Amino acid sequence: MSSATGGTVRTGVAASPAPPTAGLSGHRTVLGRETPLRLASGANLGTFTVAWQTYGPLNAERSNAVLVCHALTGDQFAAEPHPVTGRPGWWDLAIGPGKPIDTDRYYVICANVLGGCMGTTGPRETDPATGEPYGLTFPVITIGDMVAAQKLLVDALGIERLFCVIGGSMGAMQVLEWASRYPERVFAACVIAGAARHSAQNIAFHEVGRQAIMADPEWCGGEYFRHGKRPARGLAVARMAAHITYLSDRALHRKFGRSLQDRQAVTFGFDADFQVESYLRHQGSTFVERFDANSYLYITRAMDYFDLAQDRGNGVLANAFKGSPVRFCVVSFTSDWLFPTAESRTVVHALNAAAAAVSFVEVETDAGHDAFLLDEPEFFRVLSGFLGGAAELAGLARRPVA
Amino acid sequence: MMNRTPPPRTGTIRTDLQLIADMVAPSSRVLDVGCGDGTLLSYLVHFKGVDGRGIELSPEGVSEAVAHGLAVIQGDAESVVADYPSDAFDFVILSQTLPAIYDVRAMLAELLRIGRHAVVSFPNFAYWRLRAQLLVNGRAPDSRILNAPWYATPNIRLVTIADFLALAGQLGVHVERAVLIGRSGRVRRVARPGWFDNLRAEQAVFLISRD
Repeated sequence: MSSATGGTVRTGVAASPAPPTAGLSGHRTVLGRETPLRLASGANLGTFTVAWQTYGPLNAERSNAVLVCHALTGDQFAAEPHPVTGRPGWWDLAIGPGKPIDTDRYYVICANVLGGCMGTTGPRETDPATGEPYGLTFPVITIGDMVAAQKLLVDALGIERLFCVIGGSMGAMQVLEWASRYPERVFAACVIAGAARHSAQNIAFHEVGRQAIMADPEWCGGEYFRHGKRPARGLAVARMAAHITYLSDRALHRKFGRSLQDRQAVTFGFDADFQVESYLRHQGSTFVERFDANSYLYITRAMDYFDLAQDRGNGVLANAFKGSPVRFCVVSFTSDWLFPTAESRTVVHALNAAAAAVSFVEVETDAGHDAFLLDEPEFFRVLSGFLGGAAELAGLARRPVA
Repeated sequence: MMNRTPPPRTGTIRTDLQLIADMVAPSSRVLDVGCGDGTLLSYLVHFKGVDGRGIELSPEGVSEAVAHGLAVIQGDAESVVADYPSDAFDFVILSQTLPAIYDVRAMLAELLRIGRHAVVSFPNFAYWRLRAQLLVNGRAPDSRILNAPWYATPNIRLVTIADFLALAGQLGVHVERAVLIGRSGRVRRVARPGWFDNLRAEQAVFLISRD
């Protein structure tokens, strides 16, 4: 996977255009036909599509729906093999029969976010006004816009109230936004490894990623699709930098230490001598197979702009949840330095001040931010326990179908 | 991976917890400070229909409680209580946690800021057997009261019934009721414990409120 000549990332797909999303499996719902979606920027988004997947049966009362919100580079294929990579869904460990988000019991919905690149309208999709991909003409979107789009989908599905909205990382931002905007539409909310605003450090990391993409000559000012190119190197570097922030010093050390990659000694060159280098290059090169560079720009921007206290609380986070009937569960991980426990505590503090029902658990792990995607028994125990307890309060039958 | 909801726990709980539960009005708003695995909170939610919340320091306790569907926050009670607005609760419970509090005066003030009533239970350090152990053996008494050897105990405030009453007086806290538990679990209800109660009671449960 490493090039023999130097330290750059070879992707093998650098020149081929991204695979079209039209052929992807799953549900598509066209929204905003009559009334365009008014975005936070002031722009209007006319007809747009949301691509989504479901797992488990919807009960007759339509009361057992769980909306799973994906993270920055996730998509709607949460609990099934990914149609592009063939790898298991990103939350296969958590969603399924008998798993914490039990599809024998809950109707799980996962939708690709607005601005995404797996079928929901975003920069790589065609602008109906021009018949060409949006590219950088796509309006800058926010977490609030993503949630507004999801709410239209939930409306279209005839679901009065979501039993639970769950998400980690950027997904957690969406959960907070959901609970703040539409408290009457959400019974329970699970905020995992999240924050009520994106920190300066996190904005800084995102900027590094975006600069890597835009510095790639194949990015072509965002119009790579016109030239049959892809800024695969830039996107891969963005992913490599970001991937480091998802792990922890200890996890990296545990996995790789200073071990060398298929060699006995260092080569006194810039090849991937170390396993950790090889691993990161692999992360970069597999990522570009499934992700669109402009989408990466838009979605990281949406996270950067997220500041719930400012947007919905006049500077006071508790105001964003005043009188909230939603039952919250907030989870953080000890070794997560991207969305550290202090961020979750800020959320919990605000929810307490707003007298909302909130549980908070800090899970001990060395897996870093990525812990929410892994098999963390204590986390899963809390997640399934919280959902089970909430289901009892919501009056959900143990099994919606016989 | 478990997906089942643990059933509500049994209707039988420890004597001191039952005495606390008896002081809590049905359907009230309750915060249990130092709620452990949520045994008492679970009882209150299921059998008294309260809107219950908890704070607990130990991660194991919090996981257990949340897995039972309770709203419990992991953290140090002494800092977390400050988050709540005044009068957020009808009852705030401090069950067997008082000995582990660093700033007891501040904690009692906080309990009665965020709650209309507080229920405080603690092991009585003036219980005659403990006095005797100290007198006869000259060693830190009864591991039950320290929960660990003297050098490792989380219980840093060894309080007696008389001390608690004196502090309540100092802080202008109104003592509504006291229930005392003797060696064999014998329960005595008194308006205000006296010298002899301080000798005989192994544990005490106080219902207090703002004056």
